[in-house]
Amino acid sequence: MVGTIQNRDQFLNQIANRLNRPRITIPIERPNWKYQPQYDVFKDTSQDELLEILKKQCKIIHTKIFTTDLAGLPGVVNDVVTEYGGGPVVTWKDERFSKWGLDPLMKQQWPAHNIELFEWDYTLGDENIHKAENANVGITISEITLAESGTVVLFSDKDKGRTVSFLPATSIMLIPKSSLVPRITQAAVKMREIFQETGHVASCINFITGPSNSADIELNLVVGVHGPIKATYIVIHDL
Amino acid sequence: MAMKIGTEQFKERVDNGLNDEFMRGAVASAQDGMSLKRRAVTTDELGNWEEWRNHAEEIRQHVLEHLDFYLEQLSENVAKRGGHVFFAQTKEDANEYIRSVVQMKKAKKIVKSKSMVTEEISLNAMLQEEGCEVVETDLGEYILQLDDHDSPSHIVVPALHKNKEQIREVFAEKLGYTKTSKPEELAYQARVTLREKFLEADLGITGCNFAVAETGSFSLVTNEGNADLVTALAKTQITVMGMERIVPTFEEMEILVSMLTRNAVGQKLTSYITVLTGPREDLDVDGPEEFHLVIVDNGRSDILGGEFQSVLQCIRCAACINVCPVYRQIGGHSYGSIYPGPIGAVLTPLLGGYDEYKELPYASTLCGACTEVCPVKIPLHNLLLKHREMIVEKEGKAPVSEKLLMKAFGLGAASPTLYKIGSKLAPTALNPFTSGDKISKGVGPLKAWTEARDFPAPNKERFRDWFKSREKGDK
Repeated sequence: MVGTIQNRDQFLNQIANRLNRPRITIPIERPNWKYQPQYDVFKDTSQDELLEILKKQCKIIHTKIFTTDLAGLPGVVNDVVTEYGGGPVVTWKDERFSKWGLDPLMKQQWPAHNIELFEWDYTLGDENIHKAENANVGITISEITLAESGTVVLFSDKDKGRTVSFLPATSIMLIPKSSLVPRITQAAVKMREIFQETGHVASCINFITGPSNSADIELNLVVGVHGPIKATYIVIHDL
Repeated sequence: MAMKIGTEQFKERVDNGLNDEFMRGAVASAQDGMSLKRRAVTTDELGNWEEWRNHAEEIRQHVLEHLDFYLEQLSENVAKRGGHVFFAQTKEDANEYIRSVVQMKKAKKIVKSKSMVTEEISLNAMLQEEGCEVVETDLGEYILQLDDHDSPSHIVVPALHKNKEQIREVFAEKLGYTKTSKPEELAYQARVTLREKFLEADLGITGCNFAVAETGSFSLVTNEGNADLVTALAKTQITVMGMERIVPTFEEMEILVSMLTRNAVGQKLTSYITVLTGPREDLDVDGPEEFHLVIVDNGRSDILGGEFQSVLQCIRCAACINVCPVYRQIGGHSYGSIYPGPIGAVLTPLLGGYDEYKELPYASTLCGACTEVCPVKIPLHNLLLKHREMIVEKEGKAPVSEKLLMKAFGLGAASPTLYKIGSKLAPTALNPFTSGDKISKGVGPLKAWTEARDFPAPNKERFRDWFKSREKGDK
């Protein structure tokens, strides 16, 4: 359904008027900017080097980071969930969990140890939010990972609820090593490419950098405000 | 809260600020700490920092020059995604539209994430008139709201003027809080109380850091994650944006977001940069079912095309506030506006008029520190000077505060005889107020100065006498 637009012409005419020219009616080409410093940051840096930059940044953003290969992944995920105090765990509905060999852990081992797992299921409606709200751990997957700032990028869709990454008390983000890029610049270029190819943008694209925090009380940093109190990144080497 | 805060006159507000020792200590250490953090991720880390500023400036200037085009493109793309767009010429228009949405949705419980433009248009007052419970969810703003709607004193850290003990008292009185004044415990209490508010809200209201014309998206920048909860849980969402807060594409958005987070809080990125497009999609479970974007002019178009246009480049990072020597001494409330510091001294009189705010352009030493740090290169101190010129032209005189000050100093210096007597008497007259070579407790015209800093004490020997003796060959 197309939405409504009200009072536009009068409003935009006033702007054109103040700028002392008629309304612009022909689409404007995106300018060739004179300055482009953003592409120089970590230019020609290898994936291994980007990983080292990410690890260093994680110290600043109060985030634990582990690296593992696929064989070691279930063990690392289990260790972090255990350290965070166990379930309930909530995840997206995403076939990559299964492809990466997490089924035995998530679907057999955890239930056997009374660690409840809930997989996002849009057919259940608001029940999903209730589950996310009561979960101890939320597990998501980074589509693009920014080394400079230590940021994971999550795209929402019907199987990937927004709230999985911010309602549970703690958060685990799985990071395929190949998703590492120097900085937010490359993510913005990629987002634009996706839009130009598909004509579509996810309704929520979230750049998340560690756990939530605030310095609003006497500028003291408090980690864990409205979003997760703790966050861990797990980088998967052979992806 | 409207743009105007407090009821006192400028001088009284400044007096209050100067007498608030905790606030002044807090502001001084906040300025030092935040400036240090900012420098670490700007000039220190990025060798080509000037190029970044130049790029940010060229983006902002281009957008302002083509603002009608980009706003049209934005509105088309928001509507394509099923969002509703309302262009509000005045704050009254904005409030009436939002009122109609509130009534239509029968909304009673509203959560908000931090937004300067909603303060500027006094949105909360209207919502309360409608009988709604409005909860500010940014921790700093929540503290102020609980404390009987105390005013913000900084655009990034609104409760900067409060200490943790005062905050504990507010929480104890309003929330029945029984724990200590440790920031972690206070923040946890806010988390628990506000989590309930997020879950039960029927309407979420946000501001907008940068809208993206090409896709009809907009971004929200927070550290606490409150904007995510405001926009994920309520069924209806209203986003209010100042009309200049827009970029062409995601690629310009990332530059300005990077400039904002580095300059505001010294972070490469904040914990949450949330990019939202339209309402939730078919089959999505979270996110709003209905989305309204309200684009606000409220005096901004009058600034376009004139000598002050560059002030609309502002990205609300507060870097200028964090380096201002005047803000350091008088604090945020002295400006009588939700926009304090150098940016406030330029912007507030433009939006609120000279009648109310003619003193603000004089709350500056014109040292230019603000202009030097501004990431989008607004010539702030030049604009302050421009304001002064216009005020003098309009009023035929400088505002009273400056006139009195000038008169007080000018009288003694203008007449050689008076000056001679004055400077001869000064060491003796000022003795009771002098400690070492500084006057720390001034009287008369010096009072305003020494409340903020020491003034060098007059020499025991006057320059004229010294010079005369030297001429005679005594020295």
